[in-house]
Amino acid sequence: MIERTPWLNFVTHAILFTGLFILVVPIYLVIVAASQTLPDVMAIPAKLLPGDQLLVNIRAAWEEAEFGTKFTNTMILATGVVVGKIVIAALTAFGIVFFNHRLRIPIFWMVFITLMLPLEVRIVPTYAVVANALSPFQTILDVTGLAWLIKAVSGIEVALEWNLLNSYTGLIMPLVATATGTFLYRQFFLTIPDELVEGAKMDGAGPLRFLWDILIPLSRTNMAALATIMFVVGWNQYLWPLLIITDPSYGVAAVELSRLVPNMNTTGGDIPNWHWAMAGTLIVMLPPVAVVIFMQRWFVRGLINTDK
Amino acid sequence: MADILIRDVRKSYGKDEVIHGVDLEIQTGEFVVILGPSGCGKSTLLRMIAGLEDITSGEIAISEKVVNQLEPRERGCAMVFQNYALYPHMTVADNIGYALKVAGIPKAERAEKVKQVASSVGLDEFLDRRPGVLSGGQRQRVAMARAIIREPEVFLFDEPLSNLDAKLRVQMRHEIRRIHNRVKATSVFVTHDQHEGMTLADRMVIMNKGTIDQVGTPEEVYNTPATTYVAGFIGSPAMNFLAGQVSASQSAIVLEEGTILPIPAHAAQAMDGKLIQIGARPEALSLCQPGTGTLTARFEFYAPPEVSSVSPNSGPLSGATRVVVHGAYLHNGHAPSGLGTKPRGGFGLCAVRQSTSPGQNCQRAGVSLWVGLPAFSPPLGIAAPATGISVKTPSWTSGRYRSAIGLNK
Repeated sequence: MIERTPWLNFVTHAILFTGLFILVVPIYLVIVAASQTLPDVMAIPAKLLPGDQLLVNIRAAWEEAEFGTKFTNTMILATGVVVGKIVIAALTAFGIVFFNHRLRIPIFWMVFITLMLPLEVRIVPTYAVVANALSPFQTILDVTGLAWLIKAVSGIEVALEWNLLNSYTGLIMPLVATATGTFLYRQFFLTIPDELVEGAKMDGAGPLRFLWDILIPLSRTNMAALATIMFVVGWNQYLWPLLIITDPSYGVAAVELSRLVPNMNTTGGDIPNWHWAMAGTLIVMLPPVAVVIFMQRWFVRGLINTDK
Repeated sequence: MADILIRDVRKSYGKDEVIHGVDLEIQTGEFVVILGPSGCGKSTLLRMIAGLEDITSGEIAISEKVVNQLEPRERGCAMVFQNYALYPHMTVADNIGYALKVAGIPKAERAEKVKQVASSVGLDEFLDRRPGVLSGGQRQRVAMARAIIREPEVFLFDEPLSNLDAKLRVQMRHEIRRIHNRVKATSVFVTHDQHEGMTLADRMVIMNKGTIDQVGTPEEVYNTPATTYVAGFIGSPAMNFLAGQVSASQSAIVLEEGTILPIPAHAAQAMDGKLIQIGARPEALSLCQPGTGTLTARFEFYAPPEVSSVSPNSGPLSGATRVVVHGAYLHNGHAPSGLGTKPRGGFGLCAVRQSTSPGQNCQRAGVSLWVGLPAFSPPLGIAAPATGISVKTPSWTSGRYRSAIGLNK
């Protein structure tokens, strides 16, 4: 849209700068606080210029919160979520879109409905399942009387148990099982012309070959978008790890960060270590930002160079 | 090399049957064109041969092997699609070689083969480009090359030329025929364009509403159409139909509006009382001196700008003026040349068909009658007093006018 309206230009820019200001100021304050000494942070009036203690504070926060372990864990969590999500989403959507079977529509809607049931809503049952991943099967055995039968015949009592608390599997699985990616992939697969599918069939490619050779390369931009979103989601996980992780060696960054943020419990009435908390926030923020910046190039490239 | 046998093949989508029992035999190395209007089931039939569509009932055999249950890749067919179906993320070379890659042919051998095939269709310079940057004709060539490289026993073409412009279409038509002559694979070509059918085919299959109306060489289909549908579908401008009844007592066909066309007595005897339709190709009709012809016809001229020979007395004709001349006369010629004889000498035919009611698509009657209409030359100007328009036609070719004969009501 090209319009020569200086007045409108001014207003739009004013709105943009206001938005930018609102977004940037908190981050700026984090950087300022992270670079000052404790007395400076607590000083009134607040000092709004960065100090020279940034690296010192970061090191202190890093050691205080044992971010070395936490970052590794969070990285495993986020990567696991990204990979699991892409694989599951691509395969599910592939099954829903390209195979003509009676259950495709019901299955799609069942997957779709999970969009309305995020982890926070179903956290109690999910916890129960993760506490013993085999409990649904145990229930089936109990209800059908099979457990009783087995006990009567062999004398063995069936008690299935697979505890996923305090494990990477337990952390990752419930986050992978959501509909966002499936929906995204389905929408993309629906845009693939039928003739392409038939052409591949005539060329002799089986379903998996078609998925691997044609669909996956064509969906690279999709994958980049999904990976970015899921990485950020995985990295920022707080509630779920807080609930199922009690072993500090499986702790994740966001949860640890909250412990760093001062409250009565952590400081025991002392002065809160705001400068460490802010330094910690800063380093926890970095990986998602880096991923977004890095992936954005692929995004844009994919959008400009449309292969179709 | 393979022949294709289609035995009583039917296809239904739910309760709707779209192909009602098709029988067809395609010889090894033959170029068969399946022609029909859109929605007649021709593409569905092709896709059933390819294996992209389930066969509801009946059998399709390629090289005497029933392929109903085989996957497309096991049938030895290669297909060229209307929209080419190229893989957008692969280079031209990868597109052409993909079938070989799937088949597990080593890379070096594949590259050699791709080069060879690409040069045979004139694509050498484009091997490392993506389909997205190619023109329509080049994409079409890639699609062809992709089919050729598999050295298939059967080539299937699903309206491959419909997305090209007119000039390219003619050019690719020749190229397809050239490739067919070289590769000698059995080819089945689906189109709705009768020009493609007439020029490409060894044999044509005319389909209508899910059944085959006629199978034959282009000449057979044009000269001896099996049904009024085929007669009306093939040929442009379309064939004209006149409904009438055979009368043995008059030894003639009495047209609906009363005109009497004399025919030989034995022919009239054989079909006495039958309701028939006379089909007349436009090129079989000629203008004659007023008062000398038999049929009174109404001509509609869609005069193209370059036709200067059409000049009304009242002012010049502009580009797209439609002139309707009432009261012109058609020459009916002499007595028809005889039963079952094909017309000769460049002028067309009147095919006589039986029908139960006028205007209905009717099957060939037990007895065929060919009425040859001798060309009337030279065509003369006709005077049409009622409208005051005179038409001087030094080169009276039907191709230049869309002429329609209707009965004066």
